[in-house]
Amino acid sequence: MAADGSRGALGDKYVWPEEGLTRIPDWVYTSEEIYEAEVERIFKGATWNFVGFEAEIPNSGDFRRSYVGPVPVIVSRAEDGSVHVMENRCRHRGAEFCRELRGNTPEFMCPYHQWTYDLKGELIGVPFSRGIKGKGGMPKDFDMAAHGLFTLNVTTRGGAIFASFSDTIESFEDYLGPEILSDFDTTFNGRGIRIMGYWRNSVRGNWKLYHENLKDPYHATLLHTYLVTFGLMVAGQRSAMIADASGRHGTMASAKGDEDAEAKAEGIGEMKKYEEDYRLLDDRVVRFRPEFDSDWTVTMQTIWPNLIVQRELNTLGIRQIVPRGPNMFDMHWVMFGYTDDDAELNDLRLCQANLMGPAGYLGAEDNEAIAFVQDGFRRGHTKTGIVAMDPDVEGTSSNLISESAIRALYRHYREVMDLQ
Amino acid sequence: MINPARHGSNQLSTAELRELRLEIEEFNTEYARVLDEGDLETWPDFFTDDGLYRITSRENDAGDLPLGLIYCDGRGMLIDRVRAILKTTTHEPRYLRHFNSNVRVAGIGDGRVSSNSNYLVVETLMEGGTNIFQSGRYEDTFVRVDGAHRLSARHCIYDTLLITNALIYPV
Repeated sequence: MAADGSRGALGDKYVWPEEGLTRIPDWVYTSEEIYEAEVERIFKGATWNFVGFEAEIPNSGDFRRSYVGPVPVIVSRAEDGSVHVMENRCRHRGAEFCRELRGNTPEFMCPYHQWTYDLKGELIGVPFSRGIKGKGGMPKDFDMAAHGLFTLNVTTRGGAIFASFSDTIESFEDYLGPEILSDFDTTFNGRGIRIMGYWRNSVRGNWKLYHENLKDPYHATLLHTYLVTFGLMVAGQRSAMIADASGRHGTMASAKGDEDAEAKAEGIGEMKKYEEDYRLLDDRVVRFRPEFDSDWTVTMQTIWPNLIVQRELNTLGIRQIVPRGPNMFDMHWVMFGYTDDDAELNDLRLCQANLMGPAGYLGAEDNEAIAFVQDGFRRGHTKTGIVAMDPDVEGTSSNLISESAIRALYRHYREVMDLQ
Repeated sequence: MINPARHGSNQLSTAELRELRLEIEEFNTEYARVLDEGDLETWPDFFTDDGLYRITSRENDAGDLPLGLIYCDGRGMLIDRVRAILKTTTHEPRYLRHFNSNVRVAGIGDGRVSSNSNYLVVETLMEGGTNIFQSGRYEDTFVRVDGAHRLSARHCIYDTLLITNALIYPV
């Protein structure tokens, strides 16, 4: 937004390539000004942002640190069982006061001057507010009730907690839309969530590239030799790239073992990195035990703007995107199973976690490729990229050799950002 | 000074404990050399056939959470990891160097030696400078196989919660 508050100023300065949605200009990924507008219009706009799981804060007083966009927040459970999301910034002098990743506390106290807040973020204590012996202290008309922590709108579904800066945003269900909600509910299906562990990593790239990577099934069979070598995903396999009506969310889906032999052979022929005689000595990393009410063995969901929901075979996880300016973002992974898992399922989830994360057979490669792309944006001479695959389609596509979902995302993005 | 009673290893003399610690230091020196020199295919030989190799964060360790960043349960998965790194993984070229210190024999019994030590891994990208990639500790269980020490478990517990981009090679 311009200094005078008018919209459209960005669009005057930043002009989209005349080819339209089949081209993406580098400034979308590298401009500080664009990034700052994204924080205001997207992360702090009418979006639902993942902040944690209810299973991480089961008891009164439980809390965890989290983020909405780049903004640090605290997710807490109050005495009445309600879940709250509040800015991790003292209203007094601004200290980011909660320094623990998680814990349990009866109240939050900023260590600087011991201003104290309850589990819902209400200001409940200001030391020496009346001064000493009648001298000093806060003004008599200081209103404690008006100076609680900044709190966000909160909703939950299937044990996942989402927060929004907007109080007028639609319900989470309407926000996702039916196409995306159904696969979300397959993963968050009422079985209790059991946290198995965390990974955190930085990526030397723009945060949107992670969404694009998972709206780009074209890369999956080419970058990830591992996927194809072990039959997790092959061009020609039954698969889909599903987008919601707005274009911002997506589900990349595929069914292992359900493939057209001729198309598979053609797909492998196109790969320059295929390893023919390579068999796993221990197949637990790719062995699938059916447990879901779904034909898909993998669904990778991009929930705009900060969440990836990953269900690959029996490995389950979410990835929370925390942007750090245009050229860097952090990924906070939470890997989970269900509370009713038996020993075999627990073992399969641990073994298959080798596919994911910053050391995963797939996860590490995505991070490396995104860094390569950002290096090109930052330092290269050519100033636009091409997303023209499957040109007659925008949004949902029934084939993998398509960039239709990326184009649908950028139609939405340009509307929100006033970049026409 | 080593207090054998406190370390549950009162069947060994101080001199024997020092000898054992030296053997573990030599083991770790060779382990680091194999990783630093890119001799990855021999890395699984440091483990028993049912050996467990797991990298995890201090955060997970503190919460008793089982997840591994790399999780290899047995020799097969160790070899599969090596093959994937060498044959299928796309990544930016890099050099790693492992530094190991503060080796401590923590306990002896049932033919097993438990030990812990500190490690530091520094990473050098092709055109870049050198950065500290990971600081952590090994929590090890050694057994003797044909007279030689082998790891029946190595848990690499790192303090550096935020991994820089990607971890490609074992630590």
